[in-house]
Amino acid sequence: MRIENHPILEFKRGNEIKFYFDGEEIIGYEGDTVASALHAAGVRVLGESVFKHRPRGFYCAIGNCSSCLMTVNGESNVRTCITPLKEKMTVEIQKGKGEIL
Amino acid sequence: MKTTDIVIVGGGPAGLTAAISAASSGAEVTIFERSPQIGGQLIKQTHMFFGSEKQYASHRGFRIADYLLDELNKYKDKVKIYKNATVLGIYEDGVITVDLDGEYIKMLPKRIIVATGANEKIIPFPGNDLPGVYGAGAVQTLMNVYGVKPADKVLMVGAGNIGLIVSYQLMQAGVEVAAIITDLFITGYHVHASKIARMGVPILSGYTVKEIVGEEQVEKAIIAKIDKQWNIIEGTDIEYDVDAVCLSVGLSPLVELLGQANCELRFISELGGYVPIRNLDYRTTNENIFVAGDITGIEEASSAMVEGYIAGLTAAKDIACIHDDYENKISDYRNQLDGLRSGPHSGRLRQGIEKLMGGNK
Ligand SMILES: Cc1cc2nc3c(=O)[nH]c(=O)nc-3n(C[C@H](O)[C@H](O)[C@H](O)COP(=O)(O)OP(=O)(O)OC[C@H]3O[C@@H](n4cnc5c(N)ncnc54)[C@H](O)[C@@H]3O)c2cc1C
Ligand code: FES
Repeated sequence: MRIENHPILEFKRGNEIKFYFDGEEIIGYEGDTVASALHAAGVRVLGESVFKHRPRGFYCAIGNCSSCLMTVNGESNVRTCITPLKEKMTVEIQKGKGEIL
Repeated sequence: MKTTDIVIVGGGPAGLTAAISAASSGAEVTIFERSPQIGGQLIKQTHMFFGSEKQYASHRGFRIADYLLDELNKYKDKVKIYKNATVLGIYEDGVITVDLDGEYIKMLPKRIIVATGANEKIIPFPGNDLPGVYGAGAVQTLMNVYGVKPADKVLMVGAGNIGLIVSYQLMQAGVEVAAIITDLFITGYHVHASKIARMGVPILSGYTVKEIVGEEQVEKAIIAKIDKQWNIIEGTDIEYDVDAVCLSVGLSPLVELLGQANCELRFISELGGYVPIRNLDYRTTNENIFVAGDITGIEEASSAMVEGYIAGLTAAKDIACIHDDYENKISDYRNQLDGLRSGPHSGRLRQGIEKLMGGNK
Protein backbone atom coordinates (compact mmCIF):
# COMPACT_ATOMS: atom_id res chain seq x y z
CA MET A 1 0.00 0.00 0.00
CA ARG A 2 1.16 3.55 -0.73
CA ILE A 3 1.18 6.31 1.89
CA GLU A 4 -1.08 9.10 0.66
CA ASN A 5 -1.22 11.58 3.53
CA HIS A 6 1.79 12.30 5.66
CA PRO A 7 2.25 15.12 8.19
CA ILE A 8 5.80 15.95 7.02
CA LEU A 9 6.54 14.34 3.70
CA GLU A 10 4.94 14.86 0.36
CA PHE A 11 5.38 11.97 -2.04
CA LYS A 12 5.61 13.08 -5.64
CA ARG A 13 5.36 9.85 -7.53
CA GLY A 14 6.99 9.63 -10.93
CA ASN A 15 5.50 8.00 -14.02
CA GLU A 16 3.90 4.61 -13.79
CA ILE A 17 6.21 1.71 -14.57
CA LYS A 18 4.91 -1.65 -15.72
CA PHE A 19 6.86 -4.75 -14.72
CA TYR A 20 6.35 -8.47 -14.37
CA PHE A 21 6.54 -10.49 -11.17
CA ASP A 22 6.59 -14.24 -11.89
CA GLY A 23 4.70 -13.44 -15.07
CA GLU A 24 2.05 -11.24 -13.46
CA GLU A 25 1.87 -7.60 -14.53
CA ILE A 26 2.37 -5.07 -11.70
CA ILE A 27 2.46 -1.28 -11.74
CA GLY A 28 5.09 0.65 -9.80
CA TYR A 29 6.37 4.20 -10.06
CA GLU A 30 9.52 5.87 -11.26
CA GLY A 31 11.70 6.26 -8.17
CA ASP A 32 10.70 2.86 -6.77
CA THR A 33 13.12 0.04 -6.23
CA VAL A 34 12.01 -3.43 -7.28
CA ALA A 35 11.42 -4.34 -3.62
CA SER A 36 9.46 -1.19 -2.76
CA ALA A 37 7.17 -1.65 -5.76
CA LEU A 38 6.59 -5.29 -4.85
CA HIS A 39 5.87 -4.42 -1.23
CA ALA A 40 3.41 -1.72 -2.28
CA ALA A 41 1.66 -4.36 -4.38
CA GLY A 42 1.39 -6.64 -1.35
CA VAL A 43 4.25 -8.99 -2.25
CA ARG A 44 6.32 -9.66 0.85
CA VAL A 45 7.82 -13.06 0.06
CA LEU A 46 10.70 -12.34 -2.31
CA GLY A 47 12.50 -15.67 -2.34
CA GLU A 48 13.30 -18.85 -0.49
CA SER A 49 16.30 -19.96 1.50
CA VAL A 50 18.77 -22.15 -0.36
CA PHE A 51 18.71 -25.29 1.79
CA LYS A 52 15.52 -25.32 3.86
CA HIS A 53 13.39 -23.48 1.32
CA ARG A 54 11.97 -21.12 3.91
CA PRO A 55 10.36 -17.91 2.70
CA ARG A 56 12.55 -14.81 2.53
CA GLY A 57 11.66 -11.11 2.55
CA PHE A 58 13.83 -8.03 2.73
CA TYR A 59 15.58 -7.20 6.00
CA CYS A 60 17.80 -4.11 5.73
CA ALA A 61 16.43 -2.42 2.58
CA ILE A 62 19.77 -0.70 1.95
CA GLY A 63 21.84 -3.39 0.25
CA ASN A 64 23.67 -4.93 3.21
CA CYS A 65 22.15 -8.29 3.97
CA SER A 66 21.20 -10.11 0.72
CA SER A 67 17.85 -11.20 2.15
CA CYS A 68 16.06 -9.72 -0.89
CA LEU A 69 17.88 -11.54 -3.71
CA MET A 70 15.76 -12.26 -6.79
CA THR A 71 16.25 -12.98 -10.46
CA VAL A 72 15.83 -9.75 -12.44
CA ASN A 73 15.81 -9.73 -16.25
CA GLY A 74 17.33 -13.20 -16.10
CA GLU A 75 20.21 -12.17 -13.84
CA SER A 76 20.24 -14.02 -10.53
CA ASN A 77 21.16 -12.77 -7.05
CA VAL A 78 20.11 -9.17 -7.62
CA ARG A 79 19.61 -7.10 -4.44
CA THR A 80 16.12 -5.88 -5.26
CA CYS A 81 16.03 -3.38 -2.37
CA ILE A 82 18.55 -1.10 -4.11
CA THR A 83 17.75 -1.89 -7.73
CA PRO A 84 15.78 0.92 -9.40
CA LEU A 85 12.59 -0.29 -11.07
CA LYS A 86 12.59 -0.05 -14.85
CA GLU A 87 9.89 -0.44 -17.50
CA LYS A 88 9.15 -4.06 -18.54
CA MET A 89 11.51 -5.61 -16.00
CA THR A 90 10.95 -9.29 -15.36
CA VAL A 91 11.31 -10.15 -11.70
CA GLU A 92 11.24 -13.73 -10.51
CA ILE A 93 11.45 -15.64 -7.26
CA GLN A 94 14.78 -17.42 -7.28
CA LYS A 95 15.03 -21.06 -6.33
CA GLY A 96 18.40 -22.17 -5.04
CA LYS A 97 21.61 -20.29 -5.65
CA GLY A 98 20.76 -19.11 -9.15
CA GLU A 99 22.76 -19.43 -12.35
CA ILE A 100 26.00 -17.48 -12.48
CA LEU A 101 26.15 -17.08 -16.25
CA MET B 1 43.23 2.24 -15.74
CA LYS B 2 41.01 5.08 -14.54
CA THR B 3 42.52 7.10 -11.74
CA THR B 4 41.68 9.98 -9.41
CA ASP B 5 43.10 11.60 -6.29
CA ILE B 6 40.62 10.33 -3.73
CA VAL B 7 37.83 7.78 -3.91
CA ILE B 8 35.15 7.97 -1.24
CA VAL B 9 33.13 4.83 -0.61
CA GLY B 10 29.64 5.76 0.59
CA GLY B 11 27.64 8.96 0.12
CA GLY B 12 26.25 9.32 3.64
CA PRO B 13 26.96 12.32 5.88
CA ALA B 14 30.55 11.18 6.52
CA GLY B 15 31.30 10.58 2.84
CA LEU B 16 29.79 13.91 1.77
CA THR B 17 31.69 16.00 4.30
CA ALA B 18 34.90 14.12 3.45
CA ALA B 19 34.30 15.09 -0.17
CA ILE B 20 33.69 18.74 0.75
CA SER B 21 36.93 18.86 2.74
CA ALA B 22 39.02 17.09 0.12
CA ALA B 23 37.67 19.10 -2.81
CA SER B 24 38.06 22.40 -0.95
CA SER B 25 41.70 21.39 -0.39
CA GLY B 26 42.12 21.07 -4.14
CA ALA B 27 41.89 17.29 -4.55
CA GLU B 28 39.91 15.53 -7.25
CA VAL B 29 37.23 13.35 -5.67
CA THR B 30 35.03 10.46 -6.82
CA ILE B 31 32.16 9.27 -4.61
CA PHE B 32 30.65 5.82 -5.13
CA GLU B 33 27.25 5.30 -3.49
CA ARG B 34 25.47 2.00 -3.75
CA SER B 35 21.92 3.35 -3.33
CA PRO B 36 19.83 5.17 -5.92
CA GLN B 37 20.01 8.26 -3.64
CA ILE B 38 22.83 10.23 -2.01
CA GLY B 39 22.69 10.99 1.72
CA GLY B 40 22.96 7.64 3.50
CA GLN B 41 20.73 7.32 6.54
CA LEU B 42 19.92 11.03 6.45
CA ILE B 43 17.44 10.73 3.61
CA LYS B 44 14.96 8.82 5.73
CA GLN B 45 15.19 10.96 8.88
CA THR B 46 12.08 13.10 9.04
CA HIS B 47 12.64 14.17 12.63
CA MET B 48 14.55 17.18 13.94
CA PHE B 49 18.10 16.17 14.72
CA PHE B 50 19.73 16.41 18.08
CA GLY B 51 23.34 17.50 18.34
CA SER B 52 24.71 21.03 18.15
CA GLU B 53 24.23 24.01 15.88
CA LYS B 54 27.40 23.42 13.86
CA GLN B 55 26.07 20.04 12.73
CA TYR B 56 22.63 21.35 11.82
CA ALA B 57 20.86 20.22 15.00
CA SER B 58 17.12 20.93 15.04
CA HIS B 59 16.94 20.57 11.27
CA ARG B 60 15.19 17.55 9.83
CA GLY B 61 17.68 14.87 8.78
CA PHE B 62 16.69 14.69 5.12
CA ARG B 63 17.25 18.44 4.74
CA ILE B 64 20.80 18.07 6.05
CA ALA B 65 21.62 15.83 3.08
CA ASP B 66 20.48 18.65 0.79
CA TYR B 67 22.62 21.24 2.61
CA LEU B 68 25.68 19.03 2.25
CA LEU B 69 25.01 18.44 -1.44
CA ASP B 70 24.60 22.19 -2.01
CA GLU B 71 27.92 22.81 -0.32
CA LEU B 72 29.56 20.08 -2.39
CA ASN B 73 28.12 21.59 -5.54
CA LYS B 74 30.49 24.56 -5.10
CA TYR B 75 33.31 22.25 -6.12
CA LYS B 76 31.51 20.48 -8.91
CA ASP B 77 34.43 20.58 -11.34
CA LYS B 78 36.45 18.58 -8.78
CA VAL B 79 33.80 16.08 -7.70
CA LYS B 80 32.19 13.15 -9.49
CA ILE B 81 29.28 11.39 -7.79
CA TYR B 82 28.12 7.98 -8.94
CA LYS B 83 24.90 6.45 -7.62
CA ASN B 84 23.89 2.79 -8.03
CA ALA B 85 27.60 2.10 -7.62
CA THR B 86 28.58 -0.63 -5.16
CA VAL B 87 32.27 -0.87 -4.33
CA LEU B 88 32.98 -4.60 -4.45
CA GLY B 89 36.59 -4.81 -3.35
CA ILE B 90 39.77 -2.98 -2.41
CA TYR B 91 42.85 -4.94 -3.46
CA GLU B 92 46.44 -5.08 -2.20
CA ASP B 93 47.74 -2.94 -5.05
CA GLY B 94 45.18 -0.25 -4.19
CA VAL B 95 42.84 -1.02 -7.09
CA ILE B 96 39.17 -0.80 -6.28
CA THR B 97 36.43 -2.60 -8.20
CA VAL B 98 32.93 -1.25 -8.60
CA ASP B 99 29.58 -2.50 -9.89
CA LEU B 100 28.41 0.69 -11.57
CA ASP B 101 24.81 0.22 -12.66
CA GLY B 102 25.59 -3.30 -13.79
CA GLU B 103 28.95 -2.45 -15.36
CA TYR B 104 32.16 -3.73 -13.74
CA ILE B 105 34.85 -1.06 -13.49
CA LYS B 106 38.27 -0.74 -11.90
CA MET B 107 39.98 2.36 -10.58
CA LEU B 108 43.33 3.17 -9.02
CA PRO B 109 42.93 6.18 -6.72
CA LYS B 110 45.79 7.74 -4.75
CA ARG B 111 43.87 7.57 -1.48
CA ILE B 112 40.59 5.95 -0.37
CA ILE B 113 38.18 7.12 2.32
CA VAL B 114 35.80 4.38 3.42
CA ALA B 115 32.54 5.72 4.87
CA THR B 116 30.19 2.77 4.44
CA GLY B 117 28.21 3.27 7.65
CA ALA B 118 26.67 0.34 9.51
CA ASN B 119 24.58 -2.77 9.42
CA GLU B 120 21.41 -3.42 11.44
CA LYS B 121 21.84 -6.26 13.90
CA ILE B 122 19.44 -9.15 14.36
CA ILE B 123 18.70 -11.28 17.44
CA PRO B 124 17.98 -15.03 17.56
CA PHE B 125 14.43 -16.34 18.12
CA PRO B 126 12.28 -18.87 16.28
CA GLY B 127 10.81 -17.29 13.19
CA ASN B 128 13.30 -14.43 12.94
CA ASP B 129 13.82 -15.19 9.26
CA LEU B 130 10.16 -14.82 8.25
CA PRO B 131 9.21 -12.08 5.81
CA GLY B 132 7.78 -9.31 7.98
CA VAL B 133 10.71 -9.34 10.40
CA TYR B 134 12.42 -6.15 9.32
CA GLY B 135 15.20 -3.90 10.48
CA ALA B 136 13.74 -0.70 11.94
CA GLY B 137 15.87 1.30 9.53
CA ALA B 138 14.54 -0.78 6.65
CA VAL B 139 10.97 0.07 7.53
CA GLN B 140 11.96 3.71 7.80
CA THR B 141 13.47 3.57 4.32
CA LEU B 142 10.38 1.95 2.88
CA MET B 143 7.96 4.51 4.29
CA ASN B 144 9.98 7.74 4.27
CA VAL B 145 11.98 7.30 1.07
CA TYR B 146 9.59 5.28 -1.08
CA GLY B 147 6.26 6.25 0.46
CA VAL B 148 5.19 2.65 0.93
CA LYS B 149 3.29 1.53 4.02
CA PRO B 150 5.41 -1.22 5.56
CA ALA B 151 2.64 -3.05 7.46
CA ASP B 152 -0.67 -2.55 9.25
CA LYS B 153 0.41 -3.35 12.78
CA VAL B 154 3.92 -3.84 14.14
CA LEU B 155 5.75 -4.88 17.27
CA MET B 156 8.91 -2.83 17.85
CA VAL B 157 11.80 -4.59 19.54
CA GLY B 158 14.27 -2.20 21.18
CA ALA B 159 13.73 1.11 22.92
CA GLY B 160 16.83 3.04 21.94
CA ASN B 161 16.47 6.24 19.94
CA ILE B 162 16.02 4.38 16.67
CA GLY B 163 13.26 2.15 18.06
CA LEU B 164 11.46 5.12 19.57
CA ILE B 165 11.81 7.42 16.58
CA VAL B 166 10.81 4.79 14.03
CA SER B 167 7.78 3.85 16.16
CA TYR B 168 6.67 7.48 16.06
CA GLN B 169 7.25 7.68 12.32
CA LEU B 170 5.31 4.45 11.78
CA MET B 171 2.32 6.07 13.42
CA GLN B 172 2.78 9.15 11.24
CA ALA B 173 2.53 6.83 8.25
CA GLY B 174 -0.71 5.35 9.54
CA VAL B 175 0.72 2.12 10.98
CA GLU B 176 -0.44 0.86 14.37
CA VAL B 177 2.33 0.09 16.88
CA ALA B 178 1.15 -2.70 19.19
CA ALA B 179 3.96 -2.24 21.71
CA ILE B 180 7.63 -1.45 22.11
CA ILE B 181 9.58 -4.00 24.11
CA THR B 182 13.09 -3.88 25.53
CA ASP B 183 15.20 -6.40 27.43
CA LEU B 184 16.47 -4.06 30.12
CA PHE B 185 15.27 -0.49 30.04
CA ILE B 186 14.62 2.45 27.72
CA THR B 187 17.99 3.63 26.39
CA GLY B 188 16.63 6.32 24.05
CA TYR B 189 15.91 9.90 25.08
CA HIS B 190 13.02 10.19 27.48
CA VAL B 191 11.41 13.02 25.51
CA HIS B 192 10.88 10.55 22.66
CA ALA B 193 9.65 7.81 25.00
CA SER B 194 7.12 9.98 26.79
CA LYS B 195 5.75 11.33 23.51
CA ILE B 196 5.09 7.78 22.36
CA ALA B 197 3.65 6.67 25.69
CA ARG B 198 1.26 9.64 25.50
CA MET B 199 0.06 8.31 22.16
CA GLY B 200 -1.02 5.16 23.97
CA VAL B 201 1.73 2.75 22.93
CA PRO B 202 2.89 0.55 25.83
CA ILE B 203 6.67 0.38 26.35
CA LEU B 204 7.44 -2.87 28.17
CA SER B 205 10.79 -3.40 29.88
CA GLY B 206 12.18 -6.82 30.77
CA TYR B 207 10.70 -8.62 27.77
CA THR B 208 12.09 -10.47 24.78
CA VAL B 209 10.66 -12.11 21.67
CA LYS B 210 9.80 -15.74 22.41
CA GLU B 211 8.60 -16.69 18.97
CA ILE B 212 7.26 -15.28 15.73
CA VAL B 213 4.53 -17.40 14.21
CA GLY B 214 3.52 -17.49 10.57
CA GLU B 215 3.29 -19.81 7.60
CA GLU B 216 4.69 -17.66 4.80
CA GLN B 217 5.10 -14.40 6.73
CA VAL B 218 4.64 -12.86 10.17
CA GLU B 219 1.15 -13.49 11.57
CA LYS B 220 1.69 -13.33 15.30
CA ALA B 221 4.38 -12.28 17.78
CA ILE B 222 4.74 -13.90 21.20
CA ILE B 223 6.79 -12.05 23.79
CA ALA B 224 7.68 -13.13 27.31
CA LYS B 225 9.39 -11.79 30.41
CA ILE B 226 13.02 -12.65 31.07
CA ASP B 227 14.85 -13.17 34.34
CA LYS B 228 18.28 -11.81 35.26
CA GLN B 229 19.98 -14.64 33.35
CA TRP B 230 17.92 -13.79 30.26
CA ASN B 231 15.85 -17.00 30.62
CA ILE B 232 12.24 -16.81 29.60
CA ILE B 233 9.85 -16.89 32.59
CA GLU B 234 7.07 -19.39 31.90
CA GLY B 235 3.52 -18.12 32.07
CA THR B 236 4.36 -14.53 31.14
CA ASP B 237 3.55 -14.74 27.43
CA ILE B 238 1.78 -11.92 25.65
CA GLU B 239 0.54 -12.45 22.11
CA TYR B 240 0.12 -9.75 19.49
CA ASP B 241 -1.60 -10.16 16.14
CA VAL B 242 0.87 -8.18 14.05
CA ASP B 243 1.98 -8.44 10.45
CA ALA B 244 5.47 -7.11 11.07
CA VAL B 245 8.14 -7.09 13.75
CA CYS B 246 10.80 -4.37 13.65
CA LEU B 247 14.17 -4.97 15.20
CA SER B 248 16.12 -1.99 16.48
CA VAL B 249 18.65 -3.89 18.50
CA GLY B 250 21.79 -2.04 17.54
CA LEU B 251 24.09 -1.47 14.62
CA SER B 252 27.49 -2.85 13.72
CA PRO B 253 30.11 -1.03 11.61
CA LEU B 254 30.25 -2.18 7.97
CA VAL B 255 33.94 -3.04 7.83
CA GLU B 256 34.14 -5.87 5.25
CA LEU B 257 35.96 -3.77 2.66
CA LEU B 258 38.53 -2.74 5.26
CA GLY B 259 39.11 -6.34 6.28
CA GLN B 260 39.77 -7.25 2.68
CA ALA B 261 42.19 -4.31 2.32
CA ASN B 262 44.27 -5.53 5.26
CA CYS B 263 43.28 -2.75 7.62
CA GLU B 264 43.67 -4.04 11.14
CA LEU B 265 40.34 -4.41 12.97
CA ARG B 266 39.57 -4.80 16.65
CA PHE B 267 36.38 -5.97 18.38
CA ILE B 268 35.09 -3.30 20.73
CA SER B 269 31.53 -3.94 21.84
CA GLU B 270 31.03 -0.35 23.03
CA LEU B 271 31.58 0.79 19.43
CA GLY B 272 29.23 -1.81 17.94
CA GLY B 273 31.59 -4.63 16.92
CA TYR B 274 34.71 -4.78 14.75
CA VAL B 275 36.15 -1.33 14.10
CA PRO B 276 39.29 -0.25 12.25
CA ILE B 277 42.36 0.74 14.22
CA ARG B 278 42.91 4.36 13.24
CA ASN B 279 44.87 7.38 14.33
CA LEU B 280 43.74 10.94 15.06
CA ASP B 281 43.87 11.71 11.33
CA TYR B 282 41.38 8.86 10.76
CA ARG B 283 44.03 6.92 8.85
CA THR B 284 43.82 3.12 9.17
CA THR B 285 46.77 0.74 9.41
CA ASN B 286 46.75 0.62 5.60
CA GLU B 287 48.37 4.02 5.03
CA ASN B 288 46.39 4.80 1.87
CA ILE B 289 43.01 4.17 3.48
CA PHE B 290 41.11 6.57 5.74
CA VAL B 291 37.75 6.10 7.48
CA ALA B 292 34.91 8.28 8.80
CA GLY B 293 31.44 7.91 10.25
CA ASP B 294 29.63 4.92 11.72
CA ILE B 295 32.29 2.57 10.32
CA THR B 296 34.67 3.89 12.99
CA GLY B 297 32.16 3.07 15.74
CA ILE B 298 28.41 3.61 15.98
CA GLU B 299 27.66 7.22 16.85
CA GLU B 300 25.50 9.87 15.23
CA ALA B 301 25.28 11.82 12.02
CA SER B 302 26.73 14.85 13.79
CA SER B 303 30.00 13.12 14.66
CA ALA B 304 30.00 11.27 11.33
CA MET B 305 30.03 14.64 9.56
CA VAL B 306 32.88 16.00 11.66
CA GLU B 307 34.92 12.83 11.17
CA GLY B 308 34.32 13.15 7.44
CA TYR B 309 35.59 16.73 7.45
CA ILE B 310 38.75 15.55 9.21
CA ALA B 311 39.38 12.53 6.97
CA GLY B 312 38.87 14.65 3.84
CA LEU B 313 41.46 17.18 5.01
CA THR B 314 44.04 14.62 6.12
CA ALA B 315 43.71 12.37 3.06
CA ALA B 316 44.07 15.40 0.76
CA LYS B 317 47.09 16.68 2.68
CA ASP B 318 48.71 13.29 2.14
CA ILE B 319 48.80 13.94 -1.59
CA ALA B 320 49.99 17.53 -1.17
CA CYS B 321 46.57 19.16 -1.48
CA ILE B 322 46.72 21.20 1.69
CA HIS B 323 43.77 23.33 2.74
CA ASP B 324 44.66 27.04 3.26
CA ASP B 325 43.33 26.90 6.79
CA TYR B 326 44.34 23.31 7.55
CA GLU B 327 45.63 23.67 11.13
CA ASN B 328 42.73 25.78 12.37
CA LYS B 329 40.13 23.56 10.77
CA ILE B 330 41.61 20.35 12.14
CA SER B 331 41.78 21.65 15.67
CA ASP B 332 38.25 23.07 15.43
CA TYR B 333 36.90 19.70 14.25
CA ARG B 334 38.73 17.82 16.99
CA ASN B 335 37.19 20.16 19.54
CA GLN B 336 33.76 19.65 18.03
CA LEU B 337 34.16 15.87 18.37
CA ASP B 338 35.21 16.20 21.99
CA GLY B 339 32.15 18.36 22.59
CA LEU B 340 29.78 15.92 20.90
CA ARG B 341 31.16 13.03 22.91
CA SER B 342 31.15 14.76 26.27
CA GLY B 343 27.48 14.37 27.20
CA PRO B 344 26.03 12.09 29.87
CA HIS B 345 24.62 9.76 27.16
CA SER B 346 28.08 9.13 25.70
CA GLY B 347 29.71 7.24 28.56
CA ARG B 348 29.87 3.91 26.77
CA LEU B 349 31.09 5.57 23.60
CA ARG B 350 33.91 7.28 25.49
CA GLN B 351 34.92 3.95 27.01
CA GLY B 352 34.99 2.36 23.55
CA ILE B 353 37.11 5.11 22.07
CA GLU B 354 39.44 4.90 25.07
CA LYS B 355 39.88 1.17 24.39
CA LEU B 356 40.57 1.82 20.73
CA MET B 357 42.89 4.80 21.05
CA GLY B 358 44.44 4.44 24.48
CA GLY B 359 45.63 7.93 25.44
CA ASN B 360 45.34 9.34 21.88
CA LYS B 361 41.73 10.38 21.53
C1 LIG C 1 16.16 6.05 13.00
C2 LIG C 1 17.45 6.79 13.11
C3 LIG C 1 17.46 8.02 13.74
C4 LIG C 1 18.65 8.75 13.85
N1 LIG C 1 18.61 9.99 14.44
C5 LIG C 1 19.74 10.74 14.51
C6 LIG C 1 19.72 12.06 15.06
O1 LIG C 1 18.66 12.57 15.46
N2 LIG C 1 20.88 12.77 15.13
C7 LIG C 1 22.05 12.24 14.66
O2 LIG C 1 23.09 12.93 14.71
N3 LIG C 1 22.10 10.98 14.13
C8 LIG C 1 20.98 10.22 14.04
N4 LIG C 1 21.03 8.94 13.49
C9 LIG C 1 22.33 8.34 13.13
C10 LIG C 1 22.86 8.75 11.79
O3 LIG C 1 21.88 8.57 10.79
C11 LIG C 1 24.10 7.93 11.43
O4 LIG C 1 24.99 7.96 12.51
C12 LIG C 1 24.82 8.51 10.21
O5 LIG C 1 23.97 8.44 9.08
C13 LIG C 1 26.13 7.78 9.91
O6 LIG C 1 26.72 8.36 8.77
P1 LIG C 1 27.69 7.55 7.80
O7 LIG C 1 27.99 8.47 6.66
O8 LIG C 1 28.80 7.00 8.59
O9 LIG C 1 26.86 6.29 7.32
P2 LIG C 1 25.52 6.17 6.44
O10 LIG C 1 24.63 7.32 6.62
O11 LIG C 1 25.01 4.82 6.72
O12 LIG C 1 26.08 6.21 4.95
C14 LIG C 1 26.88 5.18 4.42
C15 LIG C 1 26.62 5.09 2.95
O13 LIG C 1 27.54 4.19 2.36
C16 LIG C 1 26.89 3.43 1.37
N5 LIG C 1 27.66 2.20 1.16
C17 LIG C 1 27.84 1.17 2.03
N6 LIG C 1 28.61 0.21 1.48
C18 LIG C 1 28.92 0.64 0.23
C19 LIG C 1 29.69 0.08 -0.84
N7 LIG C 1 30.30 -1.10 -0.72
N8 LIG C 1 29.78 0.79 -2.00
C20 LIG C 1 29.17 2.00 -2.13
N9 LIG C 1 28.43 2.57 -1.15
C21 LIG C 1 28.31 1.90 0.02
C22 LIG C 1 25.52 3.21 1.94
O14 LIG C 1 24.57 2.92 0.94
C23 LIG C 1 25.23 4.55 2.63
O15 LIG C 1 24.57 5.45 1.80
C24 LIG C 1 19.86 8.20 13.36
C25 LIG C 1 19.85 6.95 12.71
C26 LIG C 1 18.67 6.24 12.56
C27 LIG C 1 18.68 4.91 11.83
S1 FES D 1 17.17 -6.30 2.14
FE1 FES D 1 19.21 -6.37 2.78
S2 FES D 1 20.24 -6.37 0.86
FE2 FES D 1 18.21 -6.04 0.27
